[in-house]
Amino acid sequence: MILVWLIVIPFIGGLLCWQTERLGDKPTRWIALATMLIELFISLWLWTHYDFHLPALDGSTTQWALEFRVPWIERFGIDFHLAMDGLSLVLIALTSFLGVLAVLCSWNEIVRRIGFFHLNLLWILTGVVGVFLAIDLFLFFFFWELMLVPMYFLISLWGHSGSKGQTRIGAAIKFFIYTQASGLLMLVSILGLVFAHHANTGEYSFSYQVLLETTLSPTLATWLMLGFFIAFAVKLPVVPLHGWLPDAHAQAPTAGSVDLAGILLKTAAYGMLRFALPLFPEASQAFAPIAMGLGLLGIYYGAVLACGQQNVKRFVAYTSVAHMGFVLIGIYSGSLLALQGVIVLMLAHAFSAAGLFILSGQLYERLRTREMNKMGGLWGRLGTLPGFWLFFIAASLGIPVTANFIGEFMVLFGTFPAAPWVVVLASVGLVLAAIYSLILMQRVHYGPPQSKTPLKGLDAREFAMMLSIVVLLIWLGIYPQPLLDTTEASMSEVQQVFEPSGTALREAPNGPGMPITLMSETR
Amino acid sequence: MPFAAAIAYLPMILVAATAITVMLGIAWRRDHTVTVAVSVLGLALALIAQAFAWRVIPVHTPLLDFDGLALLAGLLILASTLACAILAHVYLESFHGAREEFYILLLCAAAGGLVLAASRHLASLFTGLELLSMPLYGMLAYAFHEKRSLEAGIKYLVLSAAASAFLLFGMALLYAQTGELRIDILMASLDQNAGVWGLTGIGLMLVGLGFKLSVVPFHLWTPDVYEGGPGPAATFLATASKVAVFALMMRLMLSTPVLQGEWLRMVLTGLALASMLVGNLLALTQSNLKRILGYSSIAHFGYLLIVLVVADGLAAETGGVYLITYILSTLAAFGVVVLISGTTGGEDASALHYYRGLFWRRPYLTAVLTVSMLSLAGIPATVGFIGKFYVIALGVEAHRWWLVGGILIGSAIGLYYYLRVTITLFLPQPGMRRRDVSDDWGLRAGGLVVLAIAGLVILLGVYPTPMIELARALGDVTIRLP
Repeated sequence: MILVWLIVIPFIGGLLCWQTERLGDKPTRWIALATMLIELFISLWLWTHYDFHLPALDGSTTQWALEFRVPWIERFGIDFHLAMDGLSLVLIALTSFLGVLAVLCSWNEIVRRIGFFHLNLLWILTGVVGVFLAIDLFLFFFFWELMLVPMYFLISLWGHSGSKGQTRIGAAIKFFIYTQASGLLMLVSILGLVFAHHANTGEYSFSYQVLLETTLSPTLATWLMLGFFIAFAVKLPVVPLHGWLPDAHAQAPTAGSVDLAGILLKTAAYGMLRFALPLFPEASQAFAPIAMGLGLLGIYYGAVLACGQQNVKRFVAYTSVAHMGFVLIGIYSGSLLALQGVIVLMLAHAFSAAGLFILSGQLYERLRTREMNKMGGLWGRLGTLPGFWLFFIAASLGIPVTANFIGEFMVLFGTFPAAPWVVVLASVGLVLAAIYSLILMQRVHYGPPQSKTPLKGLDAREFAMMLSIVVLLIWLGIYPQPLLDTTEASMSEVQQVFEPSGTALREAPNGPGMPITLMSETR
Repeated sequence: MPFAAAIAYLPMILVAATAITVMLGIAWRRDHTVTVAVSVLGLALALIAQAFAWRVIPVHTPLLDFDGLALLAGLLILASTLACAILAHVYLESFHGAREEFYILLLCAAAGGLVLAASRHLASLFTGLELLSMPLYGMLAYAFHEKRSLEAGIKYLVLSAAASAFLLFGMALLYAQTGELRIDILMASLDQNAGVWGLTGIGLMLVGLGFKLSVVPFHLWTPDVYEGGPGPAATFLATASKVAVFALMMRLMLSTPVLQGEWLRMVLTGLALASMLVGNLLALTQSNLKRILGYSSIAHFGYLLIVLVVADGLAAETGGVYLITYILSTLAAFGVVVLISGTTGGEDASALHYYRGLFWRRPYLTAVLTVSMLSLAGIPATVGFIGKFYVIALGVEAHRWWLVGGILIGSAIGLYYYLRVTITLFLPQPGMRRRDVSDDWGLRAGGLVVLAIAGLVILLGVYPTPMIELARALGDVTIRLP
């Protein structure tokens, strides 16, 4: 039942915010903040009170720490079926933490129609939490599409119209059509899977566990897998399908960018880990080289295009493309180490990208511009803000001590036995990351200043927000073990399904020289 | 048997009797509100009678066939006529001229729809279709001092008469080929020997019926007529009239094996793809809400044609569910247009700029329109998603990949204009000319109807089981041979 509450609380919070707007700004903001804090508290409470180190059985059944199930549409065997394991828990905790940040960072930025704004903000989070919990494919799709609608409103109503005819409404519509159309492809794939199951057994079911058992012909499996992959690839984004991302990021309000980069992109990686790989293991294995190639393409494409951007938010958006390339490589590597690395990298990217977007928002509040050619020489004029900026840039280029380093290292190390050349090429991408990160820092904060007048420094709210992200990034960078313990069971299941034959790769993570203990002794 | 037949006929009798009562009432004394009350009462009684008729089905009479399909279509026709009557009350309050005759026309058209949906004989088919169409000419041209309304009426009259001619010619050819007028026997004998005249006849009938459904390439009248016709008339045209014709086509296609030949499926597939794509593409550049709804209905009937192409498995159920979802979404959208147009006389408030920033003045009315737009676009948590789910499922089940691809592309294109309408409602600046509903709109009958429909759109979108059960119980059409 507590899983239902996780979904219902932000939903009701959103309605309350909408209705309390008439009482003024402050109550609305505080209600939104309280809602997200309750959500965060519940997920942390679950983390400490439930055992997520469940033994991964031999891949035949999936064990959930918590489960909730009621029949929904019996005609097609659709259940309202929620379940939580370590993976979903971690991502829900991330969602609620970034939700708190999103409310906080729009404290001064959003001044118009705040009731409706917070309604949309909280409903996005409702949809995302639903995506992370839904284990019935119909329900998953339901939430998957549902979270787009409030995001669309957020971008189109509170976004910024960029230069040269790039309107916020255009960006929002582009975002919506890209994701919705690819989502429909996934719906076709889901239905294909369900009807294949129906042809085998004569029963309709959308249940994840039931459909895992479906036997498919290799051709059909490939097509269905592609349907899922494209839907997730659009959202991740994988390079040829990334067209919506820079516009959506550049035009969204700060809270929208934080949600987009921090959470919505993660739903795609989650979908691959939870659905695309386990449902179609053989097809995914055959597809892995292509997926890794696309990941490499993303790393280079994102890095190169980032170097040429003038808009700070577009810049960060393209670096997201590059980082998601690493995530894609890790997902399709099929090694436990890399899969665990994907989790760390996802969290690290969520924190560092959210940090950079919030900083861009704060910069905008002071300078009223996002164009880099109007910045420069800000170091010394802005109090502590450039310091935080430097930290997040260092994190995003993967400096040791930050979580990004751990994530990238684990992904590359875990992938090496399977695909050494991919790792070699991806490592070159790391150099590019260093280059674009330093370019960003140089253009914004160093160089000749545009003026000498000091600007307003960070206030307590902004400082606390940034500090909390910094602490989390460093904590995960130094001691990621609690996180790894939580997600290990889920990840090893993914890995076992993906590698049913138990090839040589499987032994690789346990080789000597492992920097991080993966086999937890606490079982 | 006569008793069962009487029960089955009761809804039609009630609707016809109400039409006569209204006519006599007007002759005695004109009173708008009383006329509406009588019409609504008659339609409500007919709806209740429909529930009794459910108990006695199936009833077969020489001309009419009261089966599940006829009953489901009847329910939808009566319910949407009821909504139209209530909306018409709001709309005609500010109308200069005679108001009461509109309801006679509405009731006659509803009776025609009931006959058409149940007909099993070419004679009843044609009578029903004409009884449905003739009053519509009058309804569409009701505001004849408006140029556009008159234009819409005349346009529909001319083109509809042409379509009827095609239909009659087709029927004549079929009769020449088989010597039969009862549809099931006729189709069975076509099955043995269709002959060139038989096939031509079927093709010509398809043209006639395709016109009424506004399937591409017989769609040219739709946007103009939707735009020009008075709100309630356009609502009726978009909902009840199309349901009746589609129910008839389902009966033709699903119940007779001859029509499931591959050539006919090819033709229908082509029509469906053309409707999905053309309907959605042409809507992109429109800036008039009623025109957009016209193109949207073209696209939706393109999706629905899959039911006729597949004609097997989930098809009947899909047809029922999709018709329900389409009716609900369309009624909600038109309802808002009618409510806003109804406060002042003159041309309907259908240009998009009237709706700019509506949310900040009328949040709940805007919520209704938003919900209906999202539902037409097929977003989850609205009933439209269930409909889209069904048609895609049907396409996947039957391996009609072209049609599935068409739905995907059509929906992606469609999103653009549905979203454009939606976002217009929320944009901050008020429009150039403001037209607004009265402050107590939500407490009046028209407002309540619209709110209730929007509530149903959400409710059945989240919990569709009752709708699915209804469609399953009533939408079954089985292959019957005489």
